[in-house]
Amino acid sequence: MEPTGSLLKTPLTELNKRLGGKIVPFAGYEMPVQFPGGVLQEHLHTRQQAGLFDVSHMGQLRVRARSGSLDDAARALETLMPIDVLGLKQGRQRYGLLTQEKGGILDDLMFANLGDHFFVIVNAACKKSDVAHIRAEIGKICEIEEISDRALIALQGPVASRVLAALQPAVGAMMFMDVIEADLIGEKCIISRSGYTGEDGYEISVPSHRAEDLVEVLVSHPAVHSIGLGARDSLRLEAGLCLYGSDIDTTTTPVEAALEWAIQKVRRAEGARAGGFPGDAVILKQLQQGAERRRVGILAEGRAPVRGGTAIFASETSSEQVGRVSSGGFGPTLGKPVAMGYIASQYTEPGTGLYAEVRGTRMPVQVATMPFITPGYKRG
Amino acid sequence: MLKFTEDHEWLQVDGNIATVGITKHAVEQLGDLVFIDLPKIGSALSQGDSAATVESVKAASDVYCPLQGEIVEINTAIADDPSLVNTDPEAAGWFFRIKLADPQAAETLLDRTAYDKLVG
Repeated sequence: MEPTGSLLKTPLTELNKRLGGKIVPFAGYEMPVQFPGGVLQEHLHTRQQAGLFDVSHMGQLRVRARSGSLDDAARALETLMPIDVLGLKQGRQRYGLLTQEKGGILDDLMFANLGDHFFVIVNAACKKSDVAHIRAEIGKICEIEEISDRALIALQGPVASRVLAALQPAVGAMMFMDVIEADLIGEKCIISRSGYTGEDGYEISVPSHRAEDLVEVLVSHPAVHSIGLGARDSLRLEAGLCLYGSDIDTTTTPVEAALEWAIQKVRRAEGARAGGFPGDAVILKQLQQGAERRRVGILAEGRAPVRGGTAIFASETSSEQVGRVSSGGFGPTLGKPVAMGYIASQYTEPGTGLYAEVRGTRMPVQVATMPFITPGYKRG
Repeated sequence: MLKFTEDHEWLQVDGNIATVGITKHAVEQLGDLVFIDLPKIGSALSQGDSAATVESVKAASDVYCPLQGEIVEINTAIADDPSLVNTDPEAAGWFFRIKLADPQAAETLLDRTAYDKLVG
């Protein structure tokens, strides 16, 4: 095991240890990969009841226009992302993508309109480079504040709403991707109804000094268990959600990654604010014509997990590789292996039979639609 | 005679037949097992060859052949239900039986005390 001496702690690291978390280095932080229940049990518990995740390693930012006008901040952010930022209403959250000149993805993020500024959550491993990039590109127009005094937790699962509403009734009426600022245990928190598991649930930004108190209250509920990064990964995989660095990176475009849904019409070729973001030439063209490869779901017919990096072939004997698995593992809800990966476009029709080469053996797999589970998002 | 390897296999040697599995310590490190690929009966393996593959929720790992010999029996129950290895690694969760080419060679492996010291 690697020494953990030089790693950063989150405001919840000590509590995670006390709760029996097995701590591993992740993105420079001491993070719990699992708790005593183990990854399988934690995964199933989150799908059936509620799981509590420490995701304080992720970056929390505020983006404010120096002019004080939220629209100026929105227009500035639209120069960095192929996303409709201007149209996001107050109290709503949206998925965003920072793109680069060749159309690749620098990071994926969540941003929310909090009235006078945008509250942004970015990936832990990317936060330094994201902040540098955003400051370099729009720093003259916007002030970018890195929030270092708040923890971030996720409460996910079908029982999450009932548990959190007992602390703050207002969360019960929220819809998927709504954001409010409201008190929990007497502390003002930023609460979004969203997450990374495919379940209904919330992400909560809480001042660091009250993070332990809030988590202790939540996990004291019999339906709520602490969940580690292991189950977080298998939950998001079943939900068909991308992991930055595995499923998307600077070598994949949003269209190749099957993330067209994130690009609103207003930013597309015929839209009122078409283009004007890094990589627009490539991305707008691919939106109209498609890309040569596409991220799809992959289900194995056998029981052996098909992991990230596995080569995909069109037949049992062909030497021509047609794709590669970007992430994969065992899907506890399905009770069988699940994976996603990039496949040459002519083979991406759901149901197409392909072969994955696992330890030298070609195993039959099928292209499948994602998500692999039925999401529990509260859409009204 | 119960012996152990530095790669966290255990073997119960009975005459020229050894029953092989992975230790409780190994299972604790691996976490929940979801897939096990067992060797074919009749395979001739050398010491240190990959004999089986275990996949946990996190990663794939090899189970090595602790001594030279021929696979004579495999525990298909763990292929059907890998969690048996999690719940009972050193009995019901055995992997395979091997006919040893040189039963005396087992003497060179670790005993329980030495293994416990290794992982302690």
